[in-house]
Amino acid sequence: MKILVPVKRVIDPYVNIRVKSDQTGVETENVKMSMNPFCEIAVEEAIRLKEAGKAEEIIAVSIGNQSCQETIRTALAMGADRGIHVLTEEKVEPISIAKILAKICESESPGLVISGKQAIDGDNNQTGQMLAALTDMPQGTFASKVEIDGDKVKVTREIDGGLQTVNLNMPAIITTDLRLNEPRYASLPNIMKAKKKPIDQKSPEDYRVDVTPRVSILKVIEPPKRQAGIKVENVGDLVEKLKNEAGVI
Amino acid sequence: MTSLFYIEHANGKVSDQSLKAITAASQIEGDVHGLIVGSNIDEAVAEASKINGLSKLLHLDDAAFDNVLAEKLTQVIFNIAGDYDYFLAAATTTGKNVMPRLAAKLDVSQISEIVAVESADTFIRTIYAGNAIATVQTSDAKKVLTVRPTAFKAATTDSAECEVAKINAENIPSISEFVGEELTKSDRPELTSAKTIISGGRGMQNGENFELLDKVAEKLGAAVGASRAAVDAGFVPNDYQVGQTGKVVAPELYIAVGISGAIQHLAGMKDSKIIVAINKDEEAPIFDVADYGLVADLFQVLPELEQAL
Repeated sequence: MKILVPVKRVIDPYVNIRVKSDQTGVETENVKMSMNPFCEIAVEEAIRLKEAGKAEEIIAVSIGNQSCQETIRTALAMGADRGIHVLTEEKVEPISIAKILAKICESESPGLVISGKQAIDGDNNQTGQMLAALTDMPQGTFASKVEIDGDKVKVTREIDGGLQTVNLNMPAIITTDLRLNEPRYASLPNIMKAKKKPIDQKSPEDYRVDVTPRVSILKVIEPPKRQAGIKVENVGDLVEKLKNEAGVI
Repeated sequence: MTSLFYIEHANGKVSDQSLKAITAASQIEGDVHGLIVGSNIDEAVAEASKINGLSKLLHLDDAAFDNVLAEKLTQVIFNIAGDYDYFLAAATTTGKNVMPRLAAKLDVSQISEIVAVESADTFIRTIYAGNAIATVQTSDAKKVLTVRPTAFKAATTDSAECEVAKINAENIPSISEFVGEELTKSDRPELTSAKTIISGGRGMQNGENFELLDKVAEKLGAAVGASRAAVDAGFVPNDYQVGQTGKVVAPELYIAVGISGAIQHLAGMKDSKIIVAINKDEEAPIFDVADYGLVADLFQVLPELEQAL
């Protein structure tokens, strides 16, 4: 079985986000970039399934500019076998990403697609579900546990009130939540080995997908700043203020 | 213009999240129809039919929908999609699971977790964990939106009953099945609808110490939450998590205990009316957003607070 893992290059989660002064977006020039943390969890889960003998090959896919090759290399260094880079300078929306991935699913026929539940830049939380719709596959979103049993996969999902378990026919789409696993760091020998692993370069046109955006960003601003309040000396003061000043208890 | 809003319910009640999110649908010009699914849910249907602003309620009365699976619910909405211009749901784990699947079937982009309706095609949403606020305009004819409930006031359920129409499930795929649910049992209110929340962070040191929060929560009738650091450390389950990757909350009173105030966490609670921070590190960024800060050891403060309330 093959596992397809889409990976996204985003601003590193530990970098402070700066909104551009012309309100067109967020500053990405000379900013440290990394693999989206939820995608790292997806890569890790695929590798663990391969190590457990449930999968033979892991294909990492990234869609975006030339630098996305680095993100694919990171996945290869962690343990993915080969990469597909769909090169485009366009800012590709989830629906178009899902269409490209659906075409890749057609040619590669993976048994599972494991993706992050959301990217930490756009916070859309859409691509996995959209890919599932386009391929008519079932979806196990926000997964905290994945168990393959024959031609089915049992997915434990993080839902608002607790956990939900679903049984999905394979092929299926899984999106990862935080507690699915802790991703490994790539070792130096594996980083060296990853340089020799193949990355196939493609374009959206190769898949006949129109990536023209449907949503335009009119304005991006900083959130209103909350003013820091006062420091209180002790619990008595705190309770008094909450009662008499704020009126919330 | 007609909007279809998916209404969630549990234990005979319409979910508070849905009541809040439906307010966004009411701000869009035209009628709002509701969709509610499940069998033996007369009480919830009766309540939903009285939601202010709703002109028609569709009820899929089918035991196969007592537990909602995305593959099946998406098909139900898709079957009637021709009648609607807007499709909305609260950005709960159900809404997030179902709506993008619907959007792709309709070949449109989804706008996720809107916090305001600007006009018929323009909406406001947060990006980068709440570090930036984007105004976005969609060119798609049909619009699929999820709504961040905390950004809207709950609709009231005191209007006259609207028309309730039964619908059927057709062409439902059977590629997935519900196995079970393990809901966190708690006497406390639900995080997302609680008026008061007390949350613990890494400073709580372990899961047992969360009992100190429980005792204060008991006195306040509050829900108990946690930062991602506390969840990652295994102190409490993930459904306690307040933050961009967990739950977004906006209670009247939010008490952050032993939480440093990472951006990730602030994104999930900074719209609370009053924020209290209790932390022994006076440099902790949580104090920058707190209305009342107390620099002290939480292990001394929590028992004192319990006593004082």
